[in-house]
Amino acid sequence: MKKILLIFRKDFLVEWRSKQIFPTMFVFSLLLLLIFNVAFEFRSDINFRTVSAVVWITFIFSGLLALGRSFSLEKENNAFAFLLLTPVSRSYIYLGKLLSNVVMVLLSELFILPLFLLFFLFDAKGIPLSLTGAILPFLGVVVLGTIGFVSLGTFFSSMALNTKLRDMMLPLLVFPLIIPVVITSVGICSSILEGRPFGYYAFSLQVLVSFDIIFILLCSILFEYLIEDSGD
Amino acid sequence: MRKILFFLTFALMVLATWMTLFYAPTEVVMGHVQRIFYFHMGTVWAATVAFTVVFVASIYYLVKETAKWDTLAYCSAEIGMLLLTLTIITGSIWAKPVWGTWWTWDPQLTTTFILWVLYAVYLVLRSGAGGRGKKARYSAIFAIIAYVDLPVVYVSARVKRGISPVVFGPGGGGIDPAMMHTLLVTLLGFTLLFVLLLGERRRIMNMENALYARGGRGG
Repeated sequence: MKKILLIFRKDFLVEWRSKQIFPTMFVFSLLLLLIFNVAFEFRSDINFRTVSAVVWITFIFSGLLALGRSFSLEKENNAFAFLLLTPVSRSYIYLGKLLSNVVMVLLSELFILPLFLLFFLFDAKGIPLSLTGAILPFLGVVVLGTIGFVSLGTFFSSMALNTKLRDMMLPLLVFPLIIPVVITSVGICSSILEGRPFGYYAFSLQVLVSFDIIFILLCSILFEYLIEDSGD
Repeated sequence: MRKILFFLTFALMVLATWMTLFYAPTEVVMGHVQRIFYFHMGTVWAATVAFTVVFVASIYYLVKETAKWDTLAYCSAEIGMLLLTLTIITGSIWAKPVWGTWWTWDPQLTTTFILWVLYAVYLVLRSGAGGRGKKARYSAIFAIIAYVDLPVVYVSARVKRGISPVVFGPGGGGIDPAMMHTLLVTLLGFTLLFVLLLGERRRIMNMENALYARGGRGG
């Protein structure tokens, strides 16, 4: 656990001082929101399903953009080779990177969410904006969904970077695999906005949590095979 | 052995075609179009076998790191793609008169579509990965994750209600014995066809690799 936290701290400090990923992600998300808003011409006839879809598409696109960076930073000055030299199991390296990526992506999502509320839901009527009824469950789903797509995104960003196609490869690898995250997260978020009871989306929530657990486990096992010889 | 397999497959496929067209009774509600169901099931079954072979061969490759497992996985994935494409085409032909649409996003179709995309990505990854060892390792890892992902896709897509028929298991209706015979022969025929194609594809692949190793063209 301590080793995971050390890697997390390293990555987080690098980002904190260089400030490369965070502003990029933030501005990119804003632009996506703008494009969606212009394209859909949202007025007062808000459809919660569409709004939830817009949120998640924004999160996933901007999140993957940031993840693409997370391993290419390690490439510079061959930093990753030195990281591998440390007496730490590769699974821990993956888990540490996963943790730092989740935190960074979540932070930028937290900054985007209020703006999103401002842009899309400002004149929507009848949203249950109570703290326990809507906001906390909504944030909970954001956390779970983010863990879901970042777990595979972190894993495959290290793979994509080593292929000939590089950044092109990451969305190809990740998008089809995270379909369950998209289906469940968008479904649950729109159910929450519509003010449905918990039982209505409990099944989707189970699927989402299982997805997170399955793929964190699987990726941390397979990570050992992914970077077998540090050279390539 | 190869010749026996070839003639056996050929005979079974001819028999399956004959049974599909003449032996099986006409379905009461759907009529003659239902006959495509047998080949639909045959291809989807063989595709499932193919992708399971990819999954198992990929695990073996990661553990043993011998090239033959990688070759097996790759050849099986290629044939699986072919079979799955046929599944989707036959399914569409069937769906149009029965459901009134070529395509709908019900859980089975969604999962099939994602299955197709996943193995398309698998083939793209192979062509764009780089060196041979890296290509084999990366595609094996992707194949394993993709195979585990599929049930989750299916379960998550089931949040919406499906309309694909459930033939076996709970809720499945009774089936005429003659239809059952036809189905079994078709399934067996397509299984053998898959084995035959896999063997031939591997032979060609090994020849290519041998040529490549000798410095000729190919690889």
